[in-house]
Amino acid sequence: MNPASFSLTTYFMEATYLVASILFIMALKMMSHPETARRGMFLAEGGMFAAIVGTLIGTQIITWVWLLAGLAIGSVIGAWMAIFVPMTAMPQRTALSHAFGALAAALVGIGEFLVKIDELGPVKRGALGFEIILGALTTTGSLIAAGKLQGVIQGKPVQFRGQNIVNLAIFVAMVGCFVYFWFNPAASMVFYAMLSIAFLFGVMLVIPIGSADMPVVMSLLNSYAGLAAAATGFVLGNNVLIIAGTLDGFSGFILSVLMCKAMNRSITNVLFGGFGAVVAESTSNVGGVMREISLDDAAMQLAFANRVVFVPGYGLATAQAQHAVRELAELLESRGVTVKFGIHPVAGRMPGHMNVLLAEANVPYSSLYEMEQINPEFPSTDVAVVIGANDVVNPDARDNPKSLIAGMPILEVDRAKSVIVLKRGQGRGFSGLENPLFFKSCTSMLYGDAKSSLSHLAQAVQHV
Amino acid sequence: MMNPAVLIASVYVFALAAFLGYQVISRVPPLLHTPLMSATNAISGISLIGSLVLAGAKGYPLPAHILGFVAVTTATINVVGGFGITDRMLKMFRQRTATKKEAAK
Repeated sequence: MNPASFSLTTYFMEATYLVASILFIMALKMMSHPETARRGMFLAEGGMFAAIVGTLIGTQIITWVWLLAGLAIGSVIGAWMAIFVPMTAMPQRTALSHAFGALAAALVGIGEFLVKIDELGPVKRGALGFEIILGALTTTGSLIAAGKLQGVIQGKPVQFRGQNIVNLAIFVAMVGCFVYFWFNPAASMVFYAMLSIAFLFGVMLVIPIGSADMPVVMSLLNSYAGLAAAATGFVLGNNVLIIAGTLDGFSGFILSVLMCKAMNRSITNVLFGGFGAVVAESTSNVGGVMREISLDDAAMQLAFANRVVFVPGYGLATAQAQHAVRELAELLESRGVTVKFGIHPVAGRMPGHMNVLLAEANVPYSSLYEMEQINPEFPSTDVAVVIGANDVVNPDARDNPKSLIAGMPILEVDRAKSVIVLKRGQGRGFSGLENPLFFKSCTSMLYGDAKSSLSHLAQAVQHV
Repeated sequence: MMNPAVLIASVYVFALAAFLGYQVISRVPPLLHTPLMSATNAISGISLIGSLVLAGAKGYPLPAHILGFVAVTTATINVVGGFGITDRMLKMFRQRTATKKEAAK
């Protein structure tokens, strides 16, 4: 912006941006505790509102039609999503919002290219390139992720021979366009080629990834969407965009690292490994018998236990069984049983997915325990109840160095005195791995839909 | 043309924001990771202000206004939807005492 054009309204606008930046940071700081998190979000909302008002006052708006129409339509759709999307669909909704955020960044980038390309210096051209590439690939990548999570696209990894080579070629073509565009900003064909290739690359990047790896992919796309917004800030010379985008980008990055650690895999392995396609040849067939347990016996065990730990997995979400498990937990607590929930960092389809579902069902957050907290307690636990979780409780990860998931930290339910596994059928888990837990002498299986099993268990406990 | 001092200031802002982001976000407990993701998503919906300028400001041609219109729409969905749903989630995180009180009512 030309310094000479600074007027009172411009100063006002910049002041609102500064206020917004501070409020955003405070809001994220208040996220460190569930007590303060909600108040923090009000601050962030205030900051956002201030920045929008500041922009409308500080910019010379000549056409209000498009702007107001966009605000109105966006608010209606946004409010509809905020009110009606069920908690079980939170991963899909979040993936969609990554797509929307990234698309907005990419479109602003195209607009800047249309209008101001001659004014952009080399650094801003570089930022514009990043904005377009990250924005476009995150848009399509997130749409594919959302489709997989919603079940519109098959969740299994889509793989073909020479996939990594094709992807590498696409990547090289994209970078080539970027470099050419950087030297020749007038070459609009190359610019649009870069845009299209980035859209394609986003698709190629996500289709080979299985649904079980979604927590990592979601976090990575989160990070890309944020960085695209930060790049927009560089192009526009707007600090609040840089700050907010960077915060978002880093948050996604930190979550990706945490998710990878929780699976003992590297980011490259998640992106290019196509896990879940390679069906376990390396696992020794454990064999043995799975012992089935009747509802009444299971209820008896639970009712007379001192300590019970529930371990929920994605199966809890698909069966919508969060309320049923809370009812059972409350019944047990009223009989004097100590009930806790052990939650693996990658349980579910996005970071923190299980916590939100259980909170929705009114489970107090003081009953939700992280992996490191709950693991030492399993030896003194009478019954561990595994609900629709598989790989996160697979003792092979700890004991069998040859296993595909060797080294992945697990919830050590097999150390509990007895284990009840709620499972739909005898089939293998998502990764296709055999789970020796199911064959242990302390383990018994309760087959059926998790929701109905849990509510039948609750009824049976009442009659004990 | 761009003033180099402005650019350098932008790089400072970026680096400091990255550092601060790391410090602040690594303190968020896993319990709140889903709300965290939707909150940062809503916050990065601030790209709405760039879209607003594109959609309505002086000196932009019609195609830019139309691109801006789509960008305003998607960014607003993120801001409104993101903050709305984050609040809905955070409302659900209750302590034990609070749930008991409500059950008693």
